[in-house]
Amino acid sequence: MSEITSLTLYELIKNIKEKKISSNEAAKSFVDRAEKSKKINAYVTENFENCLKLSKEFDDKPNFDLKLPGIPIAVKDLFCTNEVRTTAGSNILNNFVPTYESTVTQNIWNEGGILLGKLNCDEFAMGSSNETSFFGNVQNPIAEDLVPGGSSGGSSAALAANLTPVTIGTDTGGSIRQPASFTGTVGLKPTYGSCSRYGIVAFASSLDQAGPMSKDVKDSSILLEVISSFDKKDSTSIDFKRNNYSSELTRNIKGLKIGIPKEYRVDGMPDEIEKLWKKGIEYAKDCGAEIIDISLPHTSYALPTYYIVAPAEASSNLARYDGVKYGLRSSGKNLIDMYEKTRSEGFGEEVKRRVMIGTYVLSSGYYDAYYLKAQKVRQLIKQDFDQAYNKVDAILTPSTPSSAFKIGEKSNDPVSMYLNDIFTVPVNLAGLPGISIPAGVDKNNYPLGLQIIGKPFDEQTVLNIAYSMEEKINYKNNITDWWMK
Amino acid sequence: MSKNNSEYLIERNDNVYEVVIGLEVHAQVTSNSKLFSSSSTKFGAEPNTQVSLVDAAFPGMLPVINEFCVKQAIKTGIGLRAKINNKSVFDRKNYFYADLPQGYQISQYKYPIVGEGNVILDMPEGQKQVGIERLHLEQDAGKSIHDIDPSNTLVDLNRSGVALMEIVSKPDLRSPDEVNAYIKKLRSIMRYLGTCDGNMQEGSLRADVNVSVRIKGSTDLGTRCEIKNVNSIKFMQMAIIYEANRQVDLIEEGQEIDQETRLFDTKKNETRSMRSKEDAHDYRYFPDPDLLPLEVTDEFIDKLKSEIPELPDDKKKRFIDEFKVSPYDATILVSDIDTAKYFEEVVAKMGKNRDMKLAVNWITGELFAVLNEKNIEIAQSPISAKNLAKLINLIKNGTISGKIAKTIFELMLDGDIDPQIIVEEKGLKQESDPKALEALIDKIINDNREKAIEYKQGKEKLFGFFVGQAMKASGGKANPQLINEILKKKL
Repeated sequence: MSEITSLTLYELIKNIKEKKISSNEAAKSFVDRAEKSKKINAYVTENFENCLKLSKEFDDKPNFDLKLPGIPIAVKDLFCTNEVRTTAGSNILNNFVPTYESTVTQNIWNEGGILLGKLNCDEFAMGSSNETSFFGNVQNPIAEDLVPGGSSGGSSAALAANLTPVTIGTDTGGSIRQPASFTGTVGLKPTYGSCSRYGIVAFASSLDQAGPMSKDVKDSSILLEVISSFDKKDSTSIDFKRNNYSSELTRNIKGLKIGIPKEYRVDGMPDEIEKLWKKGIEYAKDCGAEIIDISLPHTSYALPTYYIVAPAEASSNLARYDGVKYGLRSSGKNLIDMYEKTRSEGFGEEVKRRVMIGTYVLSSGYYDAYYLKAQKVRQLIKQDFDQAYNKVDAILTPSTPSSAFKIGEKSNDPVSMYLNDIFTVPVNLAGLPGISIPAGVDKNNYPLGLQIIGKPFDEQTVLNIAYSMEEKINYKNNITDWWMK
Repeated sequence: MSKNNSEYLIERNDNVYEVVIGLEVHAQVTSNSKLFSSSSTKFGAEPNTQVSLVDAAFPGMLPVINEFCVKQAIKTGIGLRAKINNKSVFDRKNYFYADLPQGYQISQYKYPIVGEGNVILDMPEGQKQVGIERLHLEQDAGKSIHDIDPSNTLVDLNRSGVALMEIVSKPDLRSPDEVNAYIKKLRSIMRYLGTCDGNMQEGSLRADVNVSVRIKGSTDLGTRCEIKNVNSIKFMQMAIIYEANRQVDLIEEGQEIDQETRLFDTKKNETRSMRSKEDAHDYRYFPDPDLLPLEVTDEFIDKLKSEIPELPDDKKKRFIDEFKVSPYDATILVSDIDTAKYFEEVVAKMGKNRDMKLAVNWITGELFAVLNEKNIEIAQSPISAKNLAKLINLIKNGTISGKIAKTIFELMLDGDIDPQIIVEEKGLKQESDPKALEALIDKIINDNREKAIEYKQGKEKLFGFFVGQAMKASGGKANPQLINEILKKKL
């Protein structure tokens, strides 16, 4: 039944609606494949039995009016799922089972989706290679011992390995787009405020945003339509008119103006990336878009700004994991000792590093020099985009400065790891929508992605450009199922 | 109200010191639900039964501002004649404690919802204006209980997330008596507004007290100490007296005062160092990214202004102007909203031929005495305003004497009985028939001839004896005024 697992979401929905495939058959196919794909280490928690049961229930009483009729879906383990363990990739939440559901996942279940399981990720979404997860490294299905990107590494790997038809990740500085780029898949980070943050384990509240990850652009449009909603339970959720992204999807992008920011040509960027970008520009032209050179002058400050703002918020967001109420508790002589032992044992190195950076930049005497300044620079970065959007409808850049690297290659060099986010981070700081689509391969045949950045709330244009270019690029992953052999 | 001093001076050797006090009052917002969650705020529930996922800071839970609490804070700001800020910001105050589930308290730091204002105190020397620095909204923490389990600290999160208003005064207070007047005035204003019940026993009103001393006449502020979380006016006053004297002693010994946070030990009546400035927490305040800045329009504020009831200062002015009540009485009557309400109801029920003086005297005299004795609030008064007004009218129209009224008042206590009924049932109507009284007085003079002669010879003190006899003979029912008149004529 391997053909079921290789279908796109759109095809799978079509087959289910046409009763060519039952929900239970689909669920079985993905479960079977997952059983043979343990080596990928995509899952932290499997929900297979329940998924099979629910898919049967769906088949007994099908509702084909739903947008995801009986579709089994695995999600990043950062989304709280009712009665299913939610770890955020951390030891400190190793035993945590929520009694509530995140809005984004609830939206999926409301439309007929069925939870397959919870996918591995960097601890509290802090990482670019999935190597900070307490539950171990994830293999990139592209090649052995290659990282799948991060933090949504389990999601990108599961998708590329056909373990789930579609998935959702979260993106704080590139955590959807970078792993998509590393695995030859599509990943969309919506405008900040599109998808509710309610029930998502928080990393950096002003940057976190959930989004779809899929095998192609159409699938992302279908899933975005389901997960994007105004939610009163999230004060930063925005009540704007959401498109019917999938039905409004079009390849006609004639006359759209696409900006090419000169500042994204960074020193030491591999030729392959430069070439890919040029190729991308040609594809965009072929699609009928007009190419315009633009400037985003504060781009080089984005990464340092991000690595102040995100750790600052994280240091405070993670204070609640103290052993008092839920999750891991180590025993201590007194309250302080209990805190220290719990947090020492519960958090991994990268999380500790960021909590310390965040605590430092917020501390009195340093606040103005770091946090406050970073907030000001963030405004400048936002203004760069605002000005650019007076001239263009969208912006085209590479997704990452390199292709996927080997497991362990950068794990002792956090700064080099952080540089991975150089093209994705400005988008989060400005709260904009951005998509990564596969656009080619490097000399090792590892996938490379292009990023399309849109105006606030203009996911439709981003999707349309991606949809149009996708056809011209005609990229296909060449995955050999090496891990099954 | 008797010995209210606007100054508290400490004399040591040849130096006279004055004490400078500023208060940070934490007032619980009257609201059915918490500041950022829909949990109930009812006092006295079983531990951890009023705790939502947000209050307990579960992963992925987000705060959503309770608009009612915002309105309450703005109303309070209006009551304090303060500037209402169109934009304010919620910040996180970060620190670890077992009863602080988020690991931070959501508060307002740089941009509070209410800015500068003032409160008028009625002191015996006259009115005094106390400046308000700011009012901001913040969450309360839970409660750590250390004395139930010998080896564990228990945590009750019922209070966690309850809305508090922190009202910060300027360092304008100069004595324990002014602190008393200030707290009572704040409490009064908030109770009028319905924004805080002011119940100190239930912890709805607590204060951090900032105390410093200086040589009287100096305009520089001395180094202050902050006495944390004092929950009664009496303790605030005791703490101030102890702390001011401690500081003066240190200065007189040539020592420096350390700026520090202190605790008041109510059993030992002393303040103790809690932490010095060097050990002060670094709270790492920053704007809460889960919440957008709080923006309120002028229309929103104006709408709330139109809902503000008459406040104590205005009510007092009206009582003086309209009811011709003395400023002293008016101050007492308006100090508590329920007293003012009671008084106004009595006034209304007395009708056209009303006697304000009698009304004030009966409320602040007899009724207050009963309430004090029974230790109850006027809202629970055993005698309704309607029946007290009837009693006063019975005195006013001569049906009963003031003395009989007191007897009736006692009887009324047992179930708020209508005084008219008591008068009729017990036959307590005043004897005002001159003929009957004349006959009665004639008999008394007859029976006490010798005394009558002594009186005529100039022993005027005996007049009282005859009045007493007449009252006794009438069973207390004789109209005293008539008795006086007839006696004067007959003797």
